[in-house]
Amino acid sequence: MRCAEVIAGGGALAVVTGTAAGLALGRAAAVTAVAVVIAGALAALWFARNRFRSWVYQERDEDLIVERGVLIHRLSVVPYGRMQFVDVSAGPIDRAFRLATVKLHTAAAASDARIPGLERDEAARLRDRLAALGEAKAAGL
Amino acid sequence: MRRALPGGPGRPGLGAVAADDGWRRLHPLSPLVRSGRAVLAVLALAGLSGSGLIGSGAGTRWWDFALVALVAGGAAVNWLVTRWKVDGVTLRIETGLLRRDSRQLPIARIQAVDLVRPLLARMLGLAELRVRLAGSGDADGRLAYLPEQAAEALRARLLAAHHGLDPATPEPAESAVTSVPTGRLAGAALLLGVGALLIWWLIICGTIAWRRVSTQYAFTVAASPDGVRIRRGLLGTVAETIPVARIQAVRMIEPLSWRPLHWCRLEVDVAGRLGHDRPEGTGEVRKALLPVGSQDEAARLLGIALPAVRDWPVPRRPPRRAVWKAPLSYHFLAAGHDDTLAVAVTGRVRRETTWVPLAKAQSVRLAQGPLQRRLGLATVHLDAAGKRVRAEFRDRPQDEARALVGELAALSRSARRRAALAAPGPPDAAGEADGRGAAGEADGPGAAGQAASVASPVNASHSEA
Repeated sequence: MRCAEVIAGGGALAVVTGTAAGLALGRAAAVTAVAVVIAGALAALWFARNRFRSWVYQERDEDLIVERGVLIHRLSVVPYGRMQFVDVSAGPIDRAFRLATVKLHTAAAASDARIPGLERDEAARLRDRLAALGEAKAAGL
Repeated sequence: MRRALPGGPGRPGLGAVAADDGWRRLHPLSPLVRSGRAVLAVLALAGLSGSGLIGSGAGTRWWDFALVALVAGGAAVNWLVTRWKVDGVTLRIETGLLRRDSRQLPIARIQAVDLVRPLLARMLGLAELRVRLAGSGDADGRLAYLPEQAAEALRARLLAAHHGLDPATPEPAESAVTSVPTGRLAGAALLLGVGALLIWWLIICGTIAWRRVSTQYAFTVAASPDGVRIRRGLLGTVAETIPVARIQAVRMIEPLSWRPLHWCRLEVDVAGRLGHDRPEGTGEVRKALLPVGSQDEAARLLGIALPAVRDWPVPRRPPRRAVWKAPLSYHFLAAGHDDTLAVAVTGRVRRETTWVPLAKAQSVRLAQGPLQRRLGLATVHLDAAGKRVRAEFRDRPQDEARALVGELAALSRSARRRAALAAPGPPDAAGEADGRGAAGEADGPGAAGQAASVASPVNASHSEA
């Protein structure tokens, strides 16, 4: 998964927020505030990086495996035949970095096969492939 | 003009009030008492901001004092423009700076005279006199505040005049009839609250019980070629058919209170939303197959709901160390599977046993929280269609869970294939794959264990309609 862009975006955002917060709080507290915010941003960045690094997906013959999570580790196996529909969504930040999120929906509310931060072309390819496979292997409830 | 001053420790009544008929003012401390709460709040706020807890800079402080001054000034003006006098047969009160408001209260019409002492007024030795006339609901004449003695004297005078006596008649001595002990008061209030709670609780319980009874009255289950047919209802009756092939999961619930009687409740989850607003809950996706019944009945119905099953998988307990992860539910936790069915037992107080046919599995998930990782445990979910419909293999050993994910995925794949083979034709949304047809082929490499699950001693040789 390519998520270096997202990490960079998060970092930039964190720095901007830090500066803004420093200005708002006045000169005296500015240094401390900036330091704290930057530390927080770095921590958040570290978490986000680990989170994104942990996000793995694998297309197998019969099913899709999505693995994610640092603190709580999750792994989902979703058979293509069980797919109800595929969602591709991209928020404003995603769009700025030409990214998209692919989400598989099954009849079960709990199965969460979500793959965020895909490049747009890859997302489209995955969506088409999943849709085709879902069609071919569709099974009734 | 003589003023009824607060400090005047004169004899009650006569000295202060009864002498002349000139206009009088209220007690000079009354603006303080009247605006007391607001002023105190503002002062507290000012104190806070002054000590630098809220904001900084002199601006805020200035505003606070301006606010205090405004409130106090208003109260002071109110005091300045308010005056009263007893004028023979009337009590006259005039107030208002811009809009003069003059009230004449005929003493003969007075219904009651109350003395009210708020805490702040009490601390300063002041009292408010309220004169009530018939008619308007509000206190008609309010004199806030007078010195306590003056107020008492005025009350005596007004009441004396009201009864047609000489105004100077001293207040007759009162005799205490009864007084309420504090303890009894507190107890009574408490009991009242408990009683109200009890009534509400009874109403709620009664409603719930009534709903259960009325919707599931005369509950009859029948097997038919279309599926399981259920008839129920007291006032409005419902006959619903659950196609066996559409059953996603079966759940047996044993609440704590039923356990001594060996009763249980059997529910099935059916795929698809049948509509929200059907009467009597027929639109629900989760249906009771047996509202309450014995274990034997449950086992029989289980055989009907899951006809493809020959050998019931035996749930196995998680390792001992799972106690640390789930201390409250460890005593129930168990899970197991064979090549057609998964079973999982969960629950803290009530035991919930869920059976999910592998052919119905929508996805397999593994989740491992931080505590589980430390203990080398993981939870595997086998999701079926619907909300929270799943068999949870809770707190299995990590390696087993890893293997379980792959195994369940593979097994459900082959189970799906078998089901598809058994039901020729397009597996459309209606999904009328005949589960019973699959039963013949379903037991491929049959686990030879004749063992029945703990919860359901079933041998599935039931032949239904």
